[in-house]
Amino acid sequence: MAILFQQHPGLVVYLTAGDTGLSPRLTHAAAEGADLSATRDIALAAIDAGADVIELGVPFSDPLADGPVIQRASERALARGTRLKDVLALAKELRAARPHAGLVIFSYLNPILRFGLSRFADAAADAGADGVLLTDMIVEEAGEYLAEMKRVNLAPIFLAAPTSPDERLKAIAEHSQGFVYAISRTGITGKQQSVAADAAALVERIRRWTRLPVAVGFGISNADHVTKVGEFADAAVIGSAIVELIERSTEEDAPGAVARFIKGLRQPYPVQAL
Amino acid sequence: MATIIHPAEQSEAASNTPGRFGAYGGRYVPETLMAALQELEQAYAEAQADPGYQAELASLLKDFAGRPTPLYFAKRLTESLGGAKIYLKREDLLHTGAHKINNALGQGLLARKMGKRRIIAETGAGQHGVATATVCALLGLECIVYMGEEDMRRQELNVLRMRLLGAQVRGVTSGSKTLKDAVNEALRDWVTNVRDTYYILGSALGPHPYPTMVRDFNRVIGIEMRQQILEKEGRLPTAILACVGGGSNAIGAFHQFLGDKAVRLIGVEAGGRGKALGDHAARFSGGSPGVLQGTYSYVLQDEDGQVSLTHSVSAGLDYATVGPEHAALHDCGRAEYVSADDAHVLEAVVKLARTEGILPALESAHAVAECMRIAPGMASHDILVVNLSGRGDKDMNIIARELNIQGAQGL
Ligand SMILES: Cc1ncc(COP(=O)(O)O)c(C=O)c1O
Repeated sequence: MAILFQQHPGLVVYLTAGDTGLSPRLTHAAAEGADLSATRDIALAAIDAGADVIELGVPFSDPLADGPVIQRASERALARGTRLKDVLALAKELRAARPHAGLVIFSYLNPILRFGLSRFADAAADAGADGVLLTDMIVEEAGEYLAEMKRVNLAPIFLAAPTSPDERLKAIAEHSQGFVYAISRTGITGKQQSVAADAAALVERIRRWTRLPVAVGFGISNADHVTKVGEFADAAVIGSAIVELIERSTEEDAPGAVARFIKGLRQPYPVQAL
Repeated sequence: MATIIHPAEQSEAASNTPGRFGAYGGRYVPETLMAALQELEQAYAEAQADPGYQAELASLLKDFAGRPTPLYFAKRLTESLGGAKIYLKREDLLHTGAHKINNALGQGLLARKMGKRRIIAETGAGQHGVATATVCALLGLECIVYMGEEDMRRQELNVLRMRLLGAQVRGVTSGSKTLKDAVNEALRDWVTNVRDTYYILGSALGPHPYPTMVRDFNRVIGIEMRQQILEKEGRLPTAILACVGGGSNAIGAFHQFLGDKAVRLIGVEAGGRGKALGDHAARFSGGSPGVLQGTYSYVLQDEDGQVSLTHSVSAGLDYATVGPEHAALHDCGRAEYVSADDAHVLEAVVKLARTEGILPALESAHAVAECMRIAPGMASHDILVVNLSGRGDKDMNIIARELNIQGAQGL
């Protein structure tokens, strides 16, 4: 499996695994582990609506790179008992249901360390994930992580920031696989009015060091933003906008609402070869 | 490329990689902060070599903060416990009431040197917030302090002090609304405003270079202590005791003695109200290695790596992780880490107040409590030095309430 962006711009959708929003169904069948069927249904709907890659977010108690929307989603997911092993089981289920979708495990480092880096690598590969993105892992500290990703043939995806100097971008580009994730602005996750001017310049700087696709995220919230990002990058990452939509929807309505939202993100645009 | 997530690899407290203490430390942060951390690391190295900067810091530590602080022989406490001879290193006498001013002055001058005029800080007990607000007033810098709402409630006096000093105090409502949550929020602010903002972190934790830098600014405690005890006793102490929140006062007291293997170094954590996860902040007995807020160290966490809530009567020790240098000192055995529970801490407050006329901060009273526990079993030629990191005025409301609950006399 590999991460492929089928249309232009590609769409990467972030979901906090285990979050059912503010209006969950009242009864969830007692399954083994937490019931992540809500996230599964949303992810499947998102893929069918045109998402190229799903980032499955592992909820964490201290999400210091996230704004209020994803913080709240993490709290809800944890309150429902969501554990890393449940997220990995969900990944496996998604892979079986949609063999060609891109699948990335998105996490803070500590839950992975606690699980065991090597055990995690095996489990993520076994689940059929394509890649891993760790928010608080920088290239300098990544020796062992990179070796594990390589061992199991998973793509390590690093974040690049507008503040990263060129020598850092070079290292980030060299060590990333699948795609490079360009952070659109200095800041935490959350919606914003427009695509920051920083983003295009950053993507241009990243491209000096790699031919990998570049996805732009943080603040991308509507079709205009996605179109704008499509002018200079390969894909857009939608996070808080979808997590907030899930928060506001009932659990029953969330998959349909997310699908409609995603379909509306790609305005008519000439399909381009990447 | 450094690749250390294994605690087992090195046992020495010192490692050759900057920012690593044995296996611990490092930088686990969002990429957006990396350039700022590298810039800070470089600016700090330049400041250390800059005689002008050093002279200004030395002069402010002396004339503004009140250094050197006395090393005081606690005669009545010693007699009443009937064992080791007890000395108190009086950081409580510093301007603003705690050792926190040592670091705030150092970093405040550094921020000004770097041309950053917007300062952010986190605070637990409010002592670091007050120290930072004070330094910002002194240097004419904008100051924003993040503080958990629970801490704002229990350390209200310090909130008022910060506001009087011109700082903006922003309440944090996430998690348990204490120090950890304030650090998260300060880091979020820094990620967002990194280009013009300096983050004055208040303890020897977080990503490199903070643990090293904050330690260095507090090393003056141990340097003075060593000289003073040699003057007074002609020999080194049997043990040094300090409370450990993030670990800045303790590492400042310990560092100068690391090579003196005969001197026991004892860090005292918050034992809180019980041994169950969530009831204390004893990271070494109740935690395990993990990454929180940019550094690899001991973390109170559940089996899924979710960080636990903590409890302590003292806001300054109520924190789920500990500075990485302490983690290394713990693993190699150079320092010992114990805990004192809330009840013994309150006893220590009363004891010190009534034998010596000194009201310690609840944080510092943890070290006093451990001293009270071990001193009676020691010989009269043994010497204990307690680092009295701060004064207890800020804690009067809590102390009065807690002691009334327990039916203490005379309050
Ligand atoms: C008086 C005093 N002592 C100790 C501490 C704990 O911090 P550290 O472990 O960094 O010395 C605090 C923190 O607020 C404090 O106010």
